[in-house]
Amino acid sequence: MAQGLSKNHRQLDLAEAIAKRWHWKVNVSCDTALSQCYVECDRNQLLELCRWLIDDMDYALGSLIVEETNENWLLRYVFYGEPDSEAVHLGLRLDKAEKTTVPSISPIIHAADWQEREAWDLFGLRFEGHPRLIDIVRHEAWPAEIYPMRKNFDGSQPGPHPPVERPFQPYHVVQAPGAFLMPIGPVFSDAAESALFLLESVGEDVIRIWPRFFYKFRGVEKIAEGQAVDRVLLLAERFSGTSSFAHSLAFCQAVEAICRVDLPSRAQALRIVFAELERFRHHVAAIAGICNSTALAVATSQAGILEEEALRLSGTLTGHRYLFGLNKPGGVTLDLNDRQCEDLSSGVQAIFLKLARLYDLLRYSSSFLDRLEEVGMVTKDQARNYGLVGPIARASGLARDLRQVLPYALYSEISFEVPQEEEGDGYARLRLLFREAEQSAKILQKILSFLPPGEIAAREVALKPGAALGWAEAPRGATFHWVRLDEQGRVRRYHLTTPSFTNWHGFHFAAEDFAYQDFPIIMASFGLSNAECDR
Amino acid sequence: MWEWVWEGIRSGIVTTAYPAREETASGVSPGFPTDLPRTFAAAGEASVAASCCPTEALLSEDQQVVLREPRCIHCYRCLRQTETPLAWQWQGNYEWAVSPHPRVELAKKFGRSFRRSLHLRILDAGACGACLSEIEQLNKPYYNMHRLGFFVTPTPRDADVLVVAGPMTEHMRQPLLSAYEAMPTPKAVLALGACAIFGGVFGTSFASMGGVASLIPVDILVPGCPPPPLAILHALLALIGRVEPAACELNSSSPGGERGD
Ligand code: SF4
Ligand code: SF4
Repeated sequence: MAQGLSKNHRQLDLAEAIAKRWHWKVNVSCDTALSQCYVECDRNQLLELCRWLIDDMDYALGSLIVEETNENWLLRYVFYGEPDSEAVHLGLRLDKAEKTTVPSISPIIHAADWQEREAWDLFGLRFEGHPRLIDIVRHEAWPAEIYPMRKNFDGSQPGPHPPVERPFQPYHVVQAPGAFLMPIGPVFSDAAESALFLLESVGEDVIRIWPRFFYKFRGVEKIAEGQAVDRVLLLAERFSGTSSFAHSLAFCQAVEAICRVDLPSRAQALRIVFAELERFRHHVAAIAGICNSTALAVATSQAGILEEEALRLSGTLTGHRYLFGLNKPGGVTLDLNDRQCEDLSSGVQAIFLKLARLYDLLRYSSSFLDRLEEVGMVTKDQARNYGLVGPIARASGLARDLRQVLPYALYSEISFEVPQEEEGDGYARLRLLFREAEQSAKILQKILSFLPPGEIAAREVALKPGAALGWAEAPRGATFHWVRLDEQGRVRRYHLTTPSFTNWHGFHFAAEDFAYQDFPIIMASFGLSNAECDR
Repeated sequence: MWEWVWEGIRSGIVTTAYPAREETASGVSPGFPTDLPRTFAAAGEASVAASCCPTEALLSEDQQVVLREPRCIHCYRCLRQTETPLAWQWQGNYEWAVSPHPRVELAKKFGRSFRRSLHLRILDAGACGACLSEIEQLNKPYYNMHRLGFFVTPTPRDADVLVVAGPMTEHMRQPLLSAYEAMPTPKAVLALGACAIFGGVFGTSFASMGGVASLIPVDILVPGCPPPPLAILHALLALIGRVEPAACELNSSSPGGERGD
């Protein structure tokens, strides 16, 4: 209770500070249940508010959400800060009839760059002052005047395929004798996800990289529109299979926030169990990926064994190796009995011990470390400017974790550490992955030893119209899901901001001035998913 | 370096004995509902029971409920979230590959010379990551498909089999066609997972074409979401004629791509 009160006060203080600063000209409202402050501003106040949040308050941009109504464009900028601070949402309403442009916030917040480009590409909203407002989602085959996320575009019909009018022109900035462009992708390497990387190089060294994504664009946000919640749940779960539980969790939490459902504590605890199991498995797989990229055969095999063991453990206890089908609005669909809890706890522990052994061997293999150290550097300032999230940001000294910043499920009641490394290179990311896997194993052990008794799901979830943001710290970082339901309880708007999307934006920092053979290592140490990015 | 050699020896051999012997470890497969078709007292009951399935994998025909495995996405709704108390049996086997061609024809395609050396090019046409991750497991010690003569190759020019995962996004249409063209004959196409078979949860839309069969002819299908490594292995063995795949009709390779609701 005391905690709730102080939270109330904090929110009111923040709201008052904002209102005062803008001479009571902005509309500020608070929602304690959702722990957010909503500020309704106009286009002239937007930049200043953003600058204040970023520079003075040390907030980070989480997501930019665009919604279309009959008369208006509604833009919502989501900011989140350090632990124990409220999320701030800036709302901007624009009249569609006026054909206005939107002031771009990218010049002051680089993190908004791709988000604004995406909004331009999918909605045709022109952001004034954006440094490079070019397409990002739609590839060259798309007719310029078709914006797929607009309500008047029918997403259920096959896409338009006119002959390619504007062939893809790769960017080219390096001007030097012998400079050339080396394309890698979209089909490359063994089982790599589709994406195109254009390497600008002079001789042996790569000067910089231009990545091109959205080859895997499945239009999840569009096809979700008009569908029932339990159908969209399948999409949330399956657009990024390697972090499926985290995304379905964020989606369910958004729906639960709209419908004001209270979850039984056993449901919340089980969600932590599955989320941490997923993080653990993901990190083991990411470590295996790094070993593989350095061509260290035995380590790759060993890590591969551990990954498969984690998959089998998940499969044995939940039915599905990638934890599909466990979430539903209102709770989870599967209970664990005492015996299963023990099995899971000891299983994870056993895998972790082997992982620790492997890690010890890796740490003393100088040939391995040589290839990781000072490779793929991202500095703290770069990470902050680009609003990077997850293990990549934490390996660069930016310890932000939504489990701490905006605690959900039962995370506020359990103690855990958010590891942090400073160097920002490939080795720092490897260390961080290992330490996070350790934390996940610890959380699992703790929470599995005293799962609260009770139901595993709320009795009933009565769908209501409304909108809310759901979030989760996915294995690769912060994810935000915006859901709006209409009167029939169908999804009207679904917007996803995923950690891979956020982090690919900062990838070029890591991929500057490096030797060709380091490319797979930089990729593996970033460990991002294009499925998660492209949606 | 010696530590690594020792470490390799110390951990011993973990590789599965499949196909010589069945794999009995738990957690290797998400499984399908079994015990189907199932007969109900009335046609109405059957259709109510089948209605829990979001992808129409469960189909009611009169009083019976049948399962169409290629459409099942392991959502477990028929097991855990049904209104009607249905104690579906669930089974975790993995020999799921289906093919519109009979075994002899498949075997003829590659003949005997490919039996110990089949090269795969994996093509991601919008897969969610889980399907690709399962293929990668095949390269790792637990499954080690090299022992059976299957190899992944980075270039389509060396490839005999195109393994396609994902609902076939519009943006991958051209790269897929180019890769398919670049492959030497004889060539085969393997549709991996519910997405590549009928579009999975993404269906057909402006952005995806609902399965790879709408673009190029498919030789073998592996149901599952994702199909576990052993199911993929089973399909590969079927391709070279070592095991018999279940039969499916040609048009059921893309059984109703429409986005159901
Ligand atoms: S698991 Fe899901 S998709 Fe498969 S039959 Fe059951 S309800 Fe249908
Ligand atoms: S079939 Fe399932 S696991 Fe495979 S890509 Fe599609 S959604 Fe992912």
